[in-house]
Amino acid sequence: MDFSLSQEQQMTQKMVREFAQKEIAPVIKEYDRKQEPIPFALKRMGELGILGLPFPVRYGGAGMDYVALGLACEELEAVDTSLRVVMSVHTGLCGMTVLQWGTEEQKQKFLVPLARGEKIGCGAFTEPGAGSDVAAMRASAKRDGDSYILNGEKMWISLAALADLALVTVKTNPSARKPSEGLSCFIVDLHSPGVRRDDIHGKLGVRAGSTGWINFQDVKVPADNRIGEEGEGFKITMSAFDHGRYTVASGATGMIRACLEASVSYARTRTTFGKPIAEHQLIKEKIAKMAQDHEIARLLYLQAGWMQNMGKRNTLQTSYAKKFATEASFSAANEAIQIHGAYGFSDEFDVERYLRNSKGAVIYEGSSEIQVLIQSGYALGERSDKPLRCELPAYDETYWQG
Amino acid sequence: MKIIACIKQVPDSEAKVRAEDRKVSWGESPLVINPFDEYAVEGALQQKEAQSGASSSLSTVTALCIGPESAREALKHALAMGADDAILISDPALDAERLDTLGAARLLTAAIQKIGDVDMVMFGRQTLDNGAGITPAQTARLLGWPMLGLSGQIKVQDGNVSVERVIEEGRQTVSAKLPAVLSVVQSIGEPRYPSFMGIRKASKANIPVWSLSDVGASAPEPIVKRTELMNPPVRDTAVEIISGESPAEIAEKLADKILAEKVL
Ligand SMILES: Cc1cc2nc3c(=O)[nH]c(=O)nc-3n(C[C@H](O)[C@H](O)[C@H](O)COP(=O)(O)OP(=O)(O)OC[C@H]3O[C@@H](n4cnc5c(N)ncnc54)[C@H](O)[C@@H]3O)c2cc1C
Repeated sequence: MDFSLSQEQQMTQKMVREFAQKEIAPVIKEYDRKQEPIPFALKRMGELGILGLPFPVRYGGAGMDYVALGLACEELEAVDTSLRVVMSVHTGLCGMTVLQWGTEEQKQKFLVPLARGEKIGCGAFTEPGAGSDVAAMRASAKRDGDSYILNGEKMWISLAALADLALVTVKTNPSARKPSEGLSCFIVDLHSPGVRRDDIHGKLGVRAGSTGWINFQDVKVPADNRIGEEGEGFKITMSAFDHGRYTVASGATGMIRACLEASVSYARTRTTFGKPIAEHQLIKEKIAKMAQDHEIARLLYLQAGWMQNMGKRNTLQTSYAKKFATEASFSAANEAIQIHGAYGFSDEFDVERYLRNSKGAVIYEGSSEIQVLIQSGYALGERSDKPLRCELPAYDETYWQG
Repeated sequence: MKIIACIKQVPDSEAKVRAEDRKVSWGESPLVINPFDEYAVEGALQQKEAQSGASSSLSTVTALCIGPESAREALKHALAMGADDAILISDPALDAERLDTLGAARLLTAAIQKIGDVDMVMFGRQTLDNGAGITPAQTARLLGWPMLGLSGQIKVQDGNVSVERVIEEGRQTVSAKLPAVLSVVQSIGEPRYPSFMGIRKASKANIPVWSLSDVGASAPEPIVKRTELMNPPVRDTAVEIISGESPAEIAEKLADKILAEKVL
C-alpha cells in the first residue's frame, strides 16, 4: 500500500498553502471581526484555478484529482473556514454534482463557468422548517411548458448573497408515494426575476463567510436546467452531500492541524512553575490527542479521496471522515484555547476563531447525529449502496488533463 | 528571445545552520528554491510574456540549476511557475562544500554556452544559504557579457535591455546591449504561484541532467578554502511576557524589570 502523495498533489498542497498564508492569513482577523467576506478571496481563488481544482481541463477545471481537492481544503481551512466553505458549496455541492449528474450540455453550460471561477455556485437545500429531514422541504416547482415555476424559501445557504448559480432541490410531486420521491434538482440563475436573497448576521462562527437566505417567488427556470430526472432530487442531493462532506472532512483536518501548531508553539514559550507548559504532562496529553486526531482525520479523508479517484462509492467512508474530523476539530480548538489560557479567550490569538468556526461543521452537511444514523444503518444492514443512474466519474488522468 | 533563469536549491528560510564535524549542516530542514531566485524566474517570465506580444519569434525561459538530484524539485517549481524547460547540472564529482561562487559561475557559463544563442541570463540577487551575491557578476565576466545588477523593472527593445534600479538617491536607469546578465530584486514584482497547468507539466517533466563532461568542464577547485567552522557561543535567554491592565501599567512593570535586571 502506497501512502505517498504524487508530485502533483504535493505541488497543489504547497501552492494552496502559500496562497492562504500569504494573502488570507494577514487579513482574516479584520474581516472576521467585521463579519464580512474577504472581498478579493473568491476572485483570487478563481484566478488561481482553486475553485475548479478537481474538474477536467475540458470543462474549464485544473485537472487535478479528488485527493488533491482534499489537500487543498486542508490547507484552506488551516487558515480560515470561510475559504473551505467556498470549496464545499461551489466546488463540492454545486460543481461536482453537475459533473456527476449533468448532461454534456449542462456541463458545458454550468460546469465550465463554475470551474473557471467565472460564475460562483452554491447548494440550496435547507429551509426554515427543514434541515436534516431533507424530504420534508416545502419549496416547490411546477412544470409550465418549457419551464418550471419555483416558489419557496431556502435558509442557511452558504454564499447565498454572492453566488450566481444555485443547485436547488425542491418538491415537484407533492403526492409522491414517499416524500423523498417527489423531489427534483435545478440549477437556478440567482439573478433571475423573483429571486431575493441576503446574508444572515450574528453567526457564532464563519463570520468572514457569507451565509444567508434565498427566497423564490414565481421564478421561471428553464426545464433544461433540471439536473437529472424529475423525482431524482433526493438521490442527487445525497450525492451532493457526499461531495460536500468530503471537503468538510478534509477542511476540518486542516483546522486540527492549525490548533496543534498554535498549541505547540504557545506551549513551548509559555512558562509556569518554572518550566514551559509543554513540559507538564497534562498539556502533553492535550497535544498528543490533537496530533493523533490529525493523523486519523487525515487517513480517513485520504481514504475517501482515494475511493473517489477509483470510482468507488464512499458515502460511508466519507461519513466516517466527516464526523470524526469535525468533532475532533471542535475538541482540538477547545483544548487549544485551554492551552493558551486567558490569551486563548481573546481574538488576539487565532484559537478562539477556530472554536467558533469548528462548531458549524458538526451541524451542516449532515449533523453528527445524522452521520450516526448513516453509519449505524450500514452496520446494521438497514442500508446499502444501490447503483446510481449517474456515478461520480473515477479520476482518469488522461481524460481529466486531455 | 532565449532567457535563462539560474536558480539554486537552498534550505528553507526557517532552517537553522550548525557546524557539525567542521561542515555546514542545515539539519533535516526542507529544501526549496532559493526565494530570491523566484524573482529571477518571475522576471524571466515577464520578459517572455512581453516579447511574445512584441516579436514574432517564440521566446523561451529555461531554468538552470547546479545541484544534487534533489535539486530537481527546485527546477520543477520553476517549471510550475511557467518556465518552458529545465536543465540540472549534476555530477558525482561535484562536492557542494568545494563549489564556490566562481566554480558555480564556470559551470553555469559552460552550460549557457552549450545551450547557445542565449539573449538574457537572470539571477536572483543572492542565495539564502551563502548569500555572497557575486555569482551573477562572475558569470557575466566569464561570458564576456554586460552585467546589470540589482535590476527592478526590465525593458527590452531593439537588442538593448534597460533596467530600473531603486537607489538611495532615487531611481537610476541603466542599459546595455544584449546578450546580458541580470540580477533582479524584489521590485520586479511578487513571484507568481505555480499554476495548475504548470504543476501538471512540471510533475510529468523529464529534466535532463548534464554532467561535467556534458558541459566540458572539470570539477572546479575552490580558490579560497575554509579552514575552520565553529558554532557561535551559546547564550542563555529567557522570554517573559509582561501583562497588565493597561499599557501604562505594563510599561511601569517593564521599566521596573529593566532596572532590577540592571539593563539600564
Ligand atoms: C454555517 C452554516 C452553513 C450552512 N450552509 C448550508 C448550505 O450551503 N446549504 C444548505 O442547504 N444548508 C446549509 N446549512 C444548513 C445545514 O445543512 C443544516 O443546519 C443542517 O442540515 C441541520 O438542519 P437544521 O439546522 O434544520 O437542524 P434540524 O434538522 O432541525 O436538527 C436539529 C437537531 O436535531 C438533530 N436531529 C435531527 N434529526 C434527528 C434524528 N433523526 N435523530 C437524532 N437527532 C436528529 C440534529 O442533529 C440537530 O442536532 C448551513 C448551516 C450552517 C450553520
